[in-house]
Amino acid sequence: MGKKLLSEKFYSSMTKLESRYPSKVALLLPALHAAQDEFGWLPTEVLQEVGEFIGVHPAQVREVASFYTMYNLKPVGKYHLKVCTNVACCLRGSEELVQHCEKKLGIRCGETTQDKKFTLVEEECLGACGTAPAMMLNDDYHENLTVSKLDHLLDHLE
Amino acid sequence: METSETLFVQHFNDESRPLEYYLRKMSGYTAVKKALAMQQDDIISEMKKSNMRGRGGAGFPTGMKWGFIPKQASKPKYLVCNADESEPGTFKDRDIMRYTPHLLIEGMVIGGYAIGANHGYIYIRGEYTREAKLLDQAIEEAYDAGYLGNNIKGSGFNFELTVHRGAGAYICGEETALLNSLEGKRGEPRVKPPFPAQAGAFGGPTIVNNVETLAAVPFIINRGGDWFSKLGKLEKSGGTRLFCVSGHVKKPGVYELNAGSVTLRQLIYDHCHGILGDKKLKAVIPGGSSAPVLTADEIDVIADIEPLMKIGTMLGSAAILVVSEDYCVVKLLERITRFYAHESCGQCTPCREGCKWMEDIIERIEHGHGREEDLAMLLDISNNIAGKTLCALGDAAAGPVMSFVKKFRADFEAHIRGGKCPNA
Repeated sequence: MGKKLLSEKFYSSMTKLESRYPSKVALLLPALHAAQDEFGWLPTEVLQEVGEFIGVHPAQVREVASFYTMYNLKPVGKYHLKVCTNVACCLRGSEELVQHCEKKLGIRCGETTQDKKFTLVEEECLGACGTAPAMMLNDDYHENLTVSKLDHLLDHLE
Repeated sequence: METSETLFVQHFNDESRPLEYYLRKMSGYTAVKKALAMQQDDIISEMKKSNMRGRGGAGFPTGMKWGFIPKQASKPKYLVCNADESEPGTFKDRDIMRYTPHLLIEGMVIGGYAIGANHGYIYIRGEYTREAKLLDQAIEEAYDAGYLGNNIKGSGFNFELTVHRGAGAYICGEETALLNSLEGKRGEPRVKPPFPAQAGAFGGPTIVNNVETLAAVPFIINRGGDWFSKLGKLEKSGGTRLFCVSGHVKKPGVYELNAGSVTLRQLIYDHCHGILGDKKLKAVIPGGSSAPVLTADEIDVIADIEPLMKIGTMLGSAAILVVSEDYCVVKLLERITRFYAHESCGQCTPCREGCKWMEDIIERIEHGHGREEDLAMLLDISNNIAGKTLCALGDAAAGPVMSFVKKFRADFEAHIRGGKCPNA
């Protein structure tokens, strides 16, 4: 194969992690996380390279990656808004937050803005029910949200 | 309101996280020194005496589970911590991991020694990115101080501990789905038997325990199984419990109380200061969203495993979702059922197809297009899911539907007859 897409850092961290598992296939989830950290999503060529590294067919990599909601098999915006709408958040007004985001960003849930800045999705329970409603902005939790707090947060993103 | 000794919650703040705090303020890593000088069987019998029952939801006695591990095995044994915490309404394990990670680490070293495992994994839900990083840092501290790795504190016992992140799948909280996910596969539950204690992670004998369960182990070893057992006020259930209360209460949060010492009413009205806006209570889901629902006149029940089972529901992960009178229960059930339809792994036909059918039917009822025969159909479908699937997700999806329809039938009928949601 040609030039590697994944960084040296990816390969060195995976090699370090390899000794932690009795089988190399167990590296698949950590490898997909690390690869996604580098690209923001998982293009076909990256899935292929992950498969080559682990020693499994690319179809097997896709089979696994497509099972889990956190692996983005399509590009996402710079800011990935995941608003929890499960029971506790629902009871605490998450519906209003979702509607507000849709209106403010001009997209529906599951879509990305034209400028590729925002992707909006509804998320299942984030485990922050005591501080509902909650959402994730990329890797970070934001809790006890209100429409004005959400506005403040979104308005301050570059 | 009765106050009692708490083990965890007084440490739930950022200052508690470092090893230095754990050693100084929480008798940190004294239990592991004590345990490593004990016989493995004696640790297991101490766990049995403690009446610790798994805090993940099933309530299985932990000591008995550890006792299932074969003494001799041809493959390495593993201890796996289930930190997937994805039952809606549950948020206690997150606090343990971010505030007192060393309790979990020490509990795992002791558990690993007791069952003869030299490798442990903490399978943490992917969304808990920050908690995974905090655990990694704590694990590094523990390695540096000699509480993990080779020859722990001169005992000759080796234990390696690794954090493994999930990637967004409710089903991975089911222990065999979790093991598949740990092995780099889709998180699909396995056929049992074999149970994990015979053939679990990578084919080796494996014990899977919840975060809260393992984090309590250092207390049990330090102060004894009898002491822990007596913290519980009912015969078969020891210790304190971390209750997660959320929804329409004035003070949602994690409450630590002696097991079996408190009713749902006391939790909601005394500890959480009642319903938001002083509205009337409509419904309580006592054990995470898969627990059958209770009406407002059923809450004078002790919030523990047997009392709730007796009235047809469950304590589950002690996640109590509180719903006030002005929230539509049909809409709530629609949301719950959408969740299970989304999270069904798709292996078993009754769950894969049935959850989606139930979602569609409840959705049309909520939006005013319900039909007279829909309620009977919902009960028929849920009945054909419950008990007919490989794992408990089928039951988890069926229980809410059966109980909501039974207990709030008038609300469903009002939607169907009125042609719209009366609350909309």
